[in-house]
Amino acid sequence: MFDDLRDLYQEVIFDHNRNPRNFYVMEDADRKVEGFNPLCGDRLTLFVKMDGDKIIDASFQGSGCAISTASVSLMTDIVKGLTEVEANKLFIQFHEMTTGKEDDIDLEAIGKLAVLAGVREYPARVKCATLAWHTLDAALKNEQEAISTE
Amino acid sequence: MRPFPVEKIRADFPILKEKIRNKPLVYLDNAASCQKPQQVIDSIVHCYSHEYANVHRGVHTLSIRATDRYEGAREKIQQFINAQSTKEIIFTRGATEAINLVAQTFGKANIKAGDEILITAMEHHSNIVPWQMLCEETGAVLKVAPINLQGELIFDEFEKLISDKTKLVSVVHMSNALGTINPVKDIIAAAKAKNIPVMLDGAQAIPHLAVDVQDLDCDFYVFSGHKLYAPSGIGVLYGKQALLAAMPPYQGGGDMIRKVTFEETEYNDLPYKFEAGTPNIADAIGLGAAIDYLNEIGMDNIAAYEAELLDYATEKALQIEGLRIIGIAAEKGAILSFVLDKIHPHDIGTMLDSLGIAVRAGHHCAMPVMDFFEVPATARASFAMYNTKEEIDVLVAGIEDLIKIFG
Repeated sequence: MFDDLRDLYQEVIFDHNRNPRNFYVMEDADRKVEGFNPLCGDRLTLFVKMDGDKIIDASFQGSGCAISTASVSLMTDIVKGLTEVEANKLFIQFHEMTTGKEDDIDLEAIGKLAVLAGVREYPARVKCATLAWHTLDAALKNEQEAISTE
Repeated sequence: MRPFPVEKIRADFPILKEKIRNKPLVYLDNAASCQKPQQVIDSIVHCYSHEYANVHRGVHTLSIRATDRYEGAREKIQQFINAQSTKEIIFTRGATEAINLVAQTFGKANIKAGDEILITAMEHHSNIVPWQMLCEETGAVLKVAPINLQGELIFDEFEKLISDKTKLVSVVHMSNALGTINPVKDIIAAAKAKNIPVMLDGAQAIPHLAVDVQDLDCDFYVFSGHKLYAPSGIGVLYGKQALLAAMPPYQGGGDMIRKVTFEETEYNDLPYKFEAGTPNIADAIGLGAAIDYLNEIGMDNIAAYEAELLDYATEKALQIEGLRIIGIAAEKGAILSFVLDKIHPHDIGTMLDSLGIAVRAGHHCAMPVMDFFEVPATARASFAMYNTKEEIDVLVAGIEDLIKIFG
């Protein structure tokens, strides 16, 4: 049963879905952006704390499917300590991995995110995996979206 | 009573023999769109192979044949919904276009700033957005009658919202997200008491119920062919003749005119006034073939069989721990919308798909309904006359297994 889905729903994904990391409201965040996938109703709020151009902390709230929850959980872990440029580079690699444009993915660079590579076989689910990253991209690009914490 | 000939019906639908991910297809997404019987497929092939030309134009044999078949389909629809005349049957692309047609013609001619349009909280986006657009253009106000936690219209509240300003009531006959069948006769009676025209969105009801527009006494009734075992891209607007005659045309072009000069144009008679340009000839003929097919089985037999399926599915679903049915109206069509504890509908959809089961996961183009029930989405199994209890068993086993795997 569900053998065909083993590539999509790896145990790591179930784990992050059950126990999402960095799942809290960050009161002193520098950036707060809402991500919404109107197709499936997934909603998340991403909180990012910056030091110059470096992401020093990230957290999220919201509800979504296992793929989107695992994706944002993994992302908030992995981007801590990255500069904006590094995070953007990772976003591009992640995007290529999930949309299947790149056959030989740099597995070392993508690290733990490789567990999400399975979505490339499920076009309807790609957006679930990339929602987190599009939200981060908006948070990093769009200064107006930054919230004041005073 | 004779047993419902479901195996014979299944044999008529070639797609039901498909294997999906190496498993037999269990197609439970009928509320989104139904599959087509061989008879409908053949009618399209026959049209393009033997009787296709433009309609209402040529003196040549093929054009006459095509016109006969196209107008013959109109007659079949007229009889199927018991309209008084074929003049009351307008071909559209679907229910959505039919609603937009009414909004842009009847609406613009009769609805002004401060007037009200009354809908319900269980409408599909297609019976919300055209009115919002009209309200934006005219300054009219959209009023929404609330529903209760069972997913039923709160009739008292609906009645209270009918006012002297109400110029149109437009409600769904059967909800696509909840399965609720609205008390349309009471709705129509309440509106008629104040001389307010009523439109029914029958997109979801038409494959499940026998519809008699004269008995209902509705002013407009809309539906899509693709949910009625007919091709996509063809639908119907029924309107009472007097109302349609008084309405301005929708689109301008060929076929909808009687006489054109650069100074003025004289419009054609009903129903052609609302059918500008070359229509969707083959798919209209396909819709006629679908109606022939359904008439042979009988809509009342279909309704009874589907009620049995829904009862069976509901009973089985309620035994699943952590499953909550969204929409438990007393009057309900064959739709089972549900959510599972801690498992998102999209995961349900993908997992069931891997077992060959097609269900819809999402907001079902009814985001306000999702908001009301405080869910981001639901999974929806919707049944058709070709579904079986065995397929429901496959669905239920699939749900139980995916709950286990999610832990």
